Amino acid sequence: MKPFTTLTGVAAPLLRANIDTDLLIPKQFLKTIVRTGLGRHLFFELRYDDQGQERPDFVLNRPEYRQTVILLGGPNFGCGSSREHAPWALLDFGIRCVIAPSFADIFYNNCFANGILPITLPLAAVEDLATEGSLTVDLPTQTVSGGGRSYRFDLEPARKTTLLEGLDAIGVSLASLPAIEAYEAKRAKATPWL
Amino acid sequence: MSSGPRTLYDKLWEAHLVETRPDGTSLLYIDRHLVHEVTSPQAFEGLRLAERPLRRPEAILAVIDHNISTQNRTDGSFEETSRLQVEALVENVQAFQVPYIPLLDDRQGIVHVIGPEQGFTLPGSTVVCGDSHTSTHGAFGALAFGIGTSEVEHVFATQTLPQRHSKNMRVRFEGTLPEGLGAKDLALFLIGQIGTAGGTGHVIEFAGSAVGALSMEGRMTLCNMSIEAGARAGLVAPDETTFAYVAGRPMAPAGPHWEQALANWRSLPTDEGATFDQDYTFDVSGLAPQVTWGTNPEAVVDITGRVPDPGAAADPAKQEAMRLALDYMGLQPGTPMEEVPVQVVFIGSCTNGRIEDLRAAAQVARGRKVAPGVRALVVPGSGLVKRQAEAEGLDRVFLEAGFEWRLPGCSMCLGMNDDRVGPGERSASTSNRNFEGRQGRGARTHLVSPAMAAAAAVTGHFTDVRRLLEVR
Ligand code: SF4
Repeated sequence: MKPFTTLTGVAAPLLRANIDTDLLIPKQFLKTIVRTGLGRHLFFELRYDDQGQERPDFVLNRPEYRQTVILLGGPNFGCGSSREHAPWALLDFGIRCVIAPSFADIFYNNCFANGILPITLPLAAVEDLATEGSLTVDLPTQTVSGGGRSYRFDLEPARKTTLLEGLDAIGVSLASLPAIEAYEAKRAKATPWL
Repeated sequence: MSSGPRTLYDKLWEAHLVETRPDGTSLLYIDRHLVHEVTSPQAFEGLRLAERPLRRPEAILAVIDHNISTQNRTDGSFEETSRLQVEALVENVQAFQVPYIPLLDDRQGIVHVIGPEQGFTLPGSTVVCGDSHTSTHGAFGALAFGIGTSEVEHVFATQTLPQRHSKNMRVRFEGTLPEGLGAKDLALFLIGQIGTAGGTGHVIEFAGSAVGALSMEGRMTLCNMSIEAGARAGLVAPDETTFAYVAGRPMAPAGPHWEQALANWRSLPTDEGATFDQDYTFDVSGLAPQVTWGTNPEAVVDITGRVPDPGAAADPAKQEAMRLALDYMGLQPGTPMEEVPVQVVFIGSCTNGRIEDLRAAAQVARGRKVAPGVRALVVPGSGLVKRQAEAEGLDRVFLEAGFEWRLPGCSMCLGMNDDRVGPGERSASTSNRNFEGRQGRGARTHLVSPAMAAAAAVTGHFTDVRRLLEVR
């Protein structure tokens, strides 16, 4: 996984609440067996009309937001289906950071698995940052800034390390193999039916 | 760990803790892993690329459910892209020696229906699946939650997941549910009360007399929808109803293991005096059937109510969101819900595709006809549900009333196959999500119980099912 340290670039506002993963990428694009190439389907329903033409008023279609790397969203971002195709589509589009007042649990986890930084900030701060076209995210100091404003965000230390070092989570868990084996031995005695 | 009174969730957590790392994350052992064709190919591929073995194939049960036609099961019925995923799963289960229920097997069905049916889902276990509705299995007193594909790969390789302890929430439903209402009404009512993010960061334990009175099917419906309240998982403490359901299932413990397991399971319920971070109690004796009007499951009203008026909402952002939703749904504020017509009815899914759901729908459909202009589908959750329903003659009831009787699968819950709601069409659906486009582009989904869906089918509009039941 690509490490994440700092990120500067276009920040697009899409502040509606409950942006679900069906909206991030609809079902017809879940039939793939690879992780790549999903960026063009990101926000498919919002981005394209019935003829498959871009809707000019949708934020990511506007000229100034074509190079978006940071997305600002509303509360409960990423709710719904567990589909990791949602972060895959964001990543493939070029978005490596989502800032929202709150995130749905599975989506939040899926972001870290893909080197995307989900930042939780109060709605007022998200709205304030949304007025800025370009932002800088600095993970080591846990700040988002732009246009003279700056906000600090909270992040669990373990999550931070994962992103900063681009850790392979499976590799980390496999380092605990002795503990896993010990647990399995204990389990075989305590709950042999499992 | 804690020595005082513990919740069911705390007990499940502690029993599966492999280690706690210095940074505070915990490694949790995973007992059961359900796999389907949509969220697994990249995980198998990840294992291959990293040249990692699959740690415990016997902890897995794989099935195909999302992509398949519910009309015929010959190869020709797949769209090309669906075929690719189906073939990938079949190849992967062979290559990695994973237990798999073949497409033409009677046991095939939706992952969250077949796990419990086979006795694969057990009280006191941890259950994961690359699917958000894994919360369903919490009905057994199992810690069950949905995961992403990277986590599927993680479980393949390590049989564990790094996790953070969630907060404890309890929701007590007290009283007796009125005739004609079921677990789906409880679930929708709750989400209407606490919102789609009301459970975020929490595991919800459902308790109270109305939950104790639910069958396992009902408890599964309730826990299934806990993800729609944003919760990490839903739980119901195992009791005699649970044990009676599990006993004798093909993969359930038997012989001396059964007694040993029972003793273990009886120790799981929340201790007297355990505290919850959030605790709700609702008296549901006077509850009315629930129906959603908007584009997320918290947008819910009583069937006796009206389409709400955005102008009445306090904050402007909320007003705007409501306006957008009503616009998408093609609804006028103030319209009585019973006057809203439907064109499509879908009875099925992992929320309401079990035998009891089909019985409830059939009770309403019996001797009636699907209203003109309505297309109504009944899709059993599994081959075994289908067989049981046919043994009880429910298929005849539906067919005679003009419903279509289909083969098991996810079907119109998300329309990855050819069962879709058309643009602008309105559906009464027993599934779990009314998101924009969920059942098809431009589809307008209203979530209801199976009985309410059947009532909409036979009247052509949303109808208080209690009235149809009285007529009898
Ligand atoms: S029935 Fe619907 S919610 Fe359930 S697993 Fe299938 S697609 Fe997901």
